[in-house]
Amino acid sequence: MGILDGIPHVHAVSSHRPWPRALVTEAGWQVAIDRLVEGSLTLLGFWGEPTAVHMAMLEAGSAEIAVVTYACAAGTFPGVAGRHPPALRLERTIHDLFGLVPTAAADDLRPDLRPWLDHGAWGKSYPLSGSNAARHVQPYQFLPAEGEALHQVAVGPVHAGIIEPGHFRFTANGEHVVRLEQWLGYTHKGIEQLMQGADLEAAARLANRTSGDSAVAYAFAFARAAEVALDIEVPRRANYLRALMAELERLANHFGDIGAICNDASFALMHAQTGILRERTLRAADAAFGHRLMMDAVVPGGVARDIAPDGIPALRTLLAEIEKVFPRLIELYDNTASLQDRTVTTGIVKAEYARQFGAGGYVGRASGRNFDARRNLAYAPYDHLSFEVPVLEAGDVNARIWIRIREVEQSVGLIAQILDLMVPGEIRSTLPAGRGACEGLALTEAFRGDVLVWLRLDGELRVERCHLRDASWFQWPLLETAIEGNIIADFPLCNKSFNCSYSGADL
Amino acid sequence: MNALGDILSQGAQMSLVLGLAPLLTGFVRKVKARLLRRRGPPLLQPYRDLVRLMRKDVVLADNASWLFRVIPYLIFSGTWVAASLVPTFGNGLLFSWTADLIAIIALLGSARFFQALAGMDVGTAFGGIGSSREVMIASLAEPAMLITVFSVAMIAGSTQLANVAEFMGSDAVGLRVSLGMAFVALTIMALAENARIPVDNPATHLELTMVHEAMVLEYSGRHLALIDLSSQLKLLLYVSLIACVFVPWGMATADASVDRFAFGALLYLGKLTVLGFLLAVFETSIAKMRVFRIPEFLGAALMLALLATLLRFVSGSL
Repeated sequence: MGILDGIPHVHAVSSHRPWPRALVTEAGWQVAIDRLVEGSLTLLGFWGEPTAVHMAMLEAGSAEIAVVTYACAAGTFPGVAGRHPPALRLERTIHDLFGLVPTAAADDLRPDLRPWLDHGAWGKSYPLSGSNAARHVQPYQFLPAEGEALHQVAVGPVHAGIIEPGHFRFTANGEHVVRLEQWLGYTHKGIEQLMQGADLEAAARLANRTSGDSAVAYAFAFARAAEVALDIEVPRRANYLRALMAELERLANHFGDIGAICNDASFALMHAQTGILRERTLRAADAAFGHRLMMDAVVPGGVARDIAPDGIPALRTLLAEIEKVFPRLIELYDNTASLQDRTVTTGIVKAEYARQFGAGGYVGRASGRNFDARRNLAYAPYDHLSFEVPVLEAGDVNARIWIRIREVEQSVGLIAQILDLMVPGEIRSTLPAGRGACEGLALTEAFRGDVLVWLRLDGELRVERCHLRDASWFQWPLLETAIEGNIIADFPLCNKSFNCSYSGADL
Repeated sequence: MNALGDILSQGAQMSLVLGLAPLLTGFVRKVKARLLRRRGPPLLQPYRDLVRLMRKDVVLADNASWLFRVIPYLIFSGTWVAASLVPTFGNGLLFSWTADLIAIIALLGSARFFQALAGMDVGTAFGGIGSSREVMIASLAEPAMLITVFSVAMIAGSTQLANVAEFMGSDAVGLRVSLGMAFVALTIMALAENARIPVDNPATHLELTMVHEAMVLEYSGRHLALIDLSSQLKLLLYVSLIACVFVPWGMATADASVDRFAFGALLYLGKLTVLGFLLAVFETSIAKMRVFRIPEFLGAALMLALLATLLRFVSGSL
């Protein structure tokens, strides 16, 4: 109980696994925020319940995780975002969904209560609060930027390309961006509400659909959260199959991203070539697991279906093709000076911000944050697979591309290892009923960063409350900082190099 | 040739450029798609798009002024006339006395001026961005273009394209360094003026990176069709211009027979194919520049053109 030793708490919740959760008073809550502010802990998640708020925190050195809970007796809780900015959007979301109000420690830290997910289209306020409180709705106010030569450019939520909806408000001086403010929430689906009372099977299907490109990672995280809550083991073969799917998903997405970033610099050749590799990966996934995106293949207790008999040769063929083609594409990227000119030193994320926000995935690792849930938290089966986690310091678009390139190479290695190691056997354990209420927390590494799932089950294998936190929550705000001082025309390139999820962060 | 023949051949030229322009664009798109291992749209797709747009209603912003509605016609007529002035398959056409390089630049410059105005007319942010970028490019491309014209004119002894083409086709030219520089400068300008990669991307869907497309975002229906056709005409114009100044061989003279004209036309098609193919290959092999690199790129064109002129001054044979 490393983290909680330093935080005064009332009592620890016994049924929370595998990391501890403790109920804290205001003093303990403030100590937790102090530790976030000073940087000894990283905020992993911040979510609400009708009468409580939870904060998950990671100690980077020891890879310890702890959850602190503050009971909101009066419908208020001491504000976090005023002191620790990474919590801002999560705090606004808690207010939108539960009507819990953050209070300020000092007058100059007045909480930002502008709606985040709530666009006034739900027909009711605070949908998860259980009460019928009405909210005073006023037009959304963007933060002001003042100056004589400044003008605003409003982009979205409907874009010219086929991408997800989100609004971007640029304040620019000619071509130079002075401020970017994002407003998301257009793809809010109410997943947390739909989860409440759902049985595990239905809930797993919902988790799968939180962000379609990370279907496996979400299902994996959800399944692991349910399994640790119920304290059951998963057959070894199922673990290997899960990792196999997770790496295939990572491959497909990284191929797509590498090409799409180059395409945003109008270098369509790369896009076409990686598009072929991505398609081959998806087809191999289809051959092996019966679905291109491998949806609903990972379920609590194991996997829904075993790899098809012709799946293994299909995957080996895929690996051979990647090993043949991909080095040439890396060379093409590296040798195209006009492309390098666009990506190098564009959209730099400062290492300091990456650390403060606990940015996962390629965004964090391109800016020196050495964290990968597969290695740092070493969940099965990655605890006995060998792979490296690439880390770069530059923090620009180029670095984010290189992290992806290196990760593709690592994923190819991982798939080869798994294919060699895979043992025959069971693929699914039965879930025990009647163990009583229990809670589980799990993180998995999706292609864009760590996905956190927190889950509370009632005694009958139904979800009482579930929170899914996409890696994008801590990456979107960094995009705002990365574009500052760049030019408007470079925004699409920066944005694509982040490739944050709208759906995952809008819930 | 009599007056009727003159009018006929000039008319043929005007309809030829109008008819060929979409085909050239379609061809470049097709080659680019094939280079990317895609099948690509049919060669005739640009014609179909134009027909489709012509049939559609025009949607106008509430605050669009009369200028916004008139400008597509202005741009189209200016570009069409300019494109018809460049000798394609035959020389010494009826209008050739007006086919002055400076007149062509002026026509295109006015078309661009109106286009930039239209971009700002409705007052959307994208239109403004597009217009400001376009004018930045124009402020560099137009002087470079004029100086290129001067260097070519000094070598050929005339700014009239018919004379230039005739001179370039003759044995009097020989290999000249200044001509090579002028060629490179004109090619760079052609890329910039036609919103091609690396200056602009005609196929992009990213509003924030657009130049030409951003200015015409608010257009629809027949207005958009006219603007698209103008862009296609402009591409044809520049390709024809490069062909006419630097590879003028096989062009029919005014008093040539019909089969000479036919031969000239066939050769012209060949030139378009080769240049269009080269354009597609070039565009596939390079990424788009950052916006603030464009001045350097066009500055290189300006310097090359200037050097070409200077060389010509220093030594008559270079």
